[in-house]
Amino acid sequence: MSSQSGQSDELQPLQNESTAKQAASRSGISRRDILKIGLMAGGVAAVAAGGPGRFSGPSTSPDHTHLPAAGEPSFNAHEGHGDFSGMVGDIDLTRFDPGAFLTHFDWGRESVNDSGQTVREWDVVAVEEEVEIAPGIFFPGWTFNGQIPGPTFRCKEGELLRFHFSNGSSHPHTIHFHGIHPPEMDGVDPIVEPGGTFTYEFLARPFGLHLYHCHVMQLKKHIHKGLYGTFIIDPPNGREPAHELVMVMNGFDTNFDNENEVYAVNSVAFHYAKHPIQVKVGELVRIYLTNLTEFDPINSFHLHATMFNLYRTGTRLDVYEFTDTVMMCQGERHILEFRLEYPGRYMFHAHQSEFAELGWMGFFEAVA
Amino acid sequence: MIVEKKAVSSAPRSSGSRLSSWLIGLLPLAALALLLLLFARTNPLALFQADLPPIESLTLERIQVVPEGFIVSLVNGGPEPVTVSQVMVDDAYWQFTIDPRQTIPRLGTASISIPYAWIATEPHVIRVVTTTGTIFEGEVAVATLTPTPGMREFLAYGLLGIYVGVIPVGLGLLWYPTMRRMGRRWLGFLLALTIGLLVFLLIDTFLEALEISAELPGVFQGVPLAIFAAILTWLAIMAVGSRPPRKTQSGVEQPAVPRSRSRSPLYLAVLIAGSIGLHNFGEGLAVGAAFSLGEAALGSFLVIGFILHNITEGIGIAAPLVPTKTSPTAGEVVELPVDDRQAAAEKASPRLLTFVGLALLAGFPAVLGAWIGGFAFSPLLGTIFLGIGIGAIWQVIVEVGALLRRYAERDGTPWISWLNLAGFMLGLGIMYVTAFLVKF
Repeated sequence: MSSQSGQSDELQPLQNESTAKQAASRSGISRRDILKIGLMAGGVAAVAAGGPGRFSGPSTSPDHTHLPAAGEPSFNAHEGHGDFSGMVGDIDLTRFDPGAFLTHFDWGRESVNDSGQTVREWDVVAVEEEVEIAPGIFFPGWTFNGQIPGPTFRCKEGELLRFHFSNGSSHPHTIHFHGIHPPEMDGVDPIVEPGGTFTYEFLARPFGLHLYHCHVMQLKKHIHKGLYGTFIIDPPNGREPAHELVMVMNGFDTNFDNENEVYAVNSVAFHYAKHPIQVKVGELVRIYLTNLTEFDPINSFHLHATMFNLYRTGTRLDVYEFTDTVMMCQGERHILEFRLEYPGRYMFHAHQSEFAELGWMGFFEAVA
Repeated sequence: MIVEKKAVSSAPRSSGSRLSSWLIGLLPLAALALLLLLFARTNPLALFQADLPPIESLTLERIQVVPEGFIVSLVNGGPEPVTVSQVMVDDAYWQFTIDPRQTIPRLGTASISIPYAWIATEPHVIRVVTTTGTIFEGEVAVATLTPTPGMREFLAYGLLGIYVGVIPVGLGLLWYPTMRRMGRRWLGFLLALTIGLLVFLLIDTFLEALEISAELPGVFQGVPLAIFAAILTWLAIMAVGSRPPRKTQSGVEQPAVPRSRSRSPLYLAVLIAGSIGLHNFGEGLAVGAAFSLGEAALGSFLVIGFILHNITEGIGIAAPLVPTKTSPTAGEVVELPVDDRQAAAEKASPRLLTFVGLALLAGFPAVLGAWIGGFAFSPLLGTIFLGIGIGAIWQVIVEVGALLRRYAERDGTPWISWLNLAGFMLGLGIMYVTAFLVKF
């Protein structure tokens, strides 16, 4: 992150450097052009050398600082920089609270059938919903149950699952689950037209961290609009008790140029920077981390000041790697486990600096 | 119904019928108000606007680079208010404050302050993200402090304008004695050269106007604005230069006749200087803006270029002042009495003060342009002034062309002679080649 301090040191424009450049231009030319001019102008440098710097622009001496007078725009340079968030304001948390989403697991309606098997059932509805993905920026989303990411469905290996899907939106949708199941339950065919319904029924297996998303063409559009979520199948004997968190890495193309303007975990840019995730010193923290970023080939997760155990796809109970950075393609998902030894703030973010500065950055705050 | 009332209004005038004719005049307005009210209430076009996102149009009109960061001036040229939600600098969201408020009304303005550790001489891209996620972009091509209007900067930019405008024109005027000594047949050549350079300036000013008007929010209709300014200027100069209508004995007004055939040479010189001044205003604007935007990291090269480029303008201004040496024939005396008297008066060179005045008229606008361009660059103002320049230059071309034709007629030579054509080509050529020094 570029620091706001030490600004005065960096802010002295290098007049001599620019003097040497001999660049000249009219408005509207790029730096590349300037450099071209610089090369070209080298040939006439001798001519120009007569009066170097005379018209090289405004005074750039240190005392020449612009102090905003009353009524002029002001620079509250240090306001809000403790959280390193580049954003102003906060979202409306009554509509969607990423803090609550982190730890919310939807176990569905539990029952036991005649053969003694645990059955879990969910109602899932696809609806169009405008979501606030950054303070003041609204995205016309397509959602499962009105939220992006969709609910985090959770169950135990071997249970019978039923997802009663109804399409309440104006476009055809499906739910495609990752995992092992019959092809007719795969959410590719049939396509559920607007107003239609379909029940996905299959056994929960294998245990691990999975995901679900709409699988209707145009796939890119249907995914990036927000039709995705996390699907956790616990091992038969469960995992070690921990402070469990769900994180979905995602991005939003707000101006339809097939590039993301906002990156985040759990949709809201810089949310966990403004509202650090509270954990206890020494407690086991487990992150169910899924990448559903569209347009960019990869995303990544980097945790500061500690290392984590990585369980790839969560389908095995033995540690795959001990690291502090993991790179993931879209659809890849891993379980991360770590303990924070010291009290204080631990930053985490995509280790693509660009994503980090476009919203995908946050903090854990370890308290004793 | 309306037809009937019109019939009434054409009846003999009493105070009552005058009142009613007033009311009838207001009728269309009342009907319009009613229609608008109906339209607003019932929204008959609802069919067409099913859930369409609002149209947003923001223009980052000016980005000032200050020690603390950037100050961005925004104009909302769209049909609806726009709310600025976040700001990105170089693909990173950044803290900012906005004044007076986040929501900018239609045709309203706002100023965004972004604390940013900018890097001198590097480009920075500022993107404004609205509530719909729409992005509007502005670029600092080369980051360098934007001048604040202090005394020192004022003088520096003024000097810049003098270098770009006054000095080259003055230098060009110094050729006047030489021009006087040249043979009569060269006079047409000089005028043709003037036309050549003016044609270049016309096209250049037009392109400049197109460029600057492109920076305007669409709602201001930059290109038509420039063209309207040009047409108005052209007509205004025509009106000023026309003889007042003379009443003949019969009392019938004669149409105003442009006096091009009997122009005072000084009038023409002043006209040329004035219109070139408007062009130089545009150049000053461009140079001042370029300096303040940091795009001209060092202007010596640019300034030298402009001196060479604009020196020809002085020749153009002086050309009509060169007296015709031979005395006119008897026939011409009848035809051109006014001109002849002037020709006699011109045998003596115009006073030095005249030349100084002409140099200032043509050159000083560059100083104004440099100041405005440097401290308060406004595409709106730039578009209008350049439009005025287009109109003025066009009219000057017409006038100089008429003069050239008149001299040719008097000498009994074709006005598009090879010599004159060569002058025209030379005028264009000099401007084109010297423009290599100032255009990139």
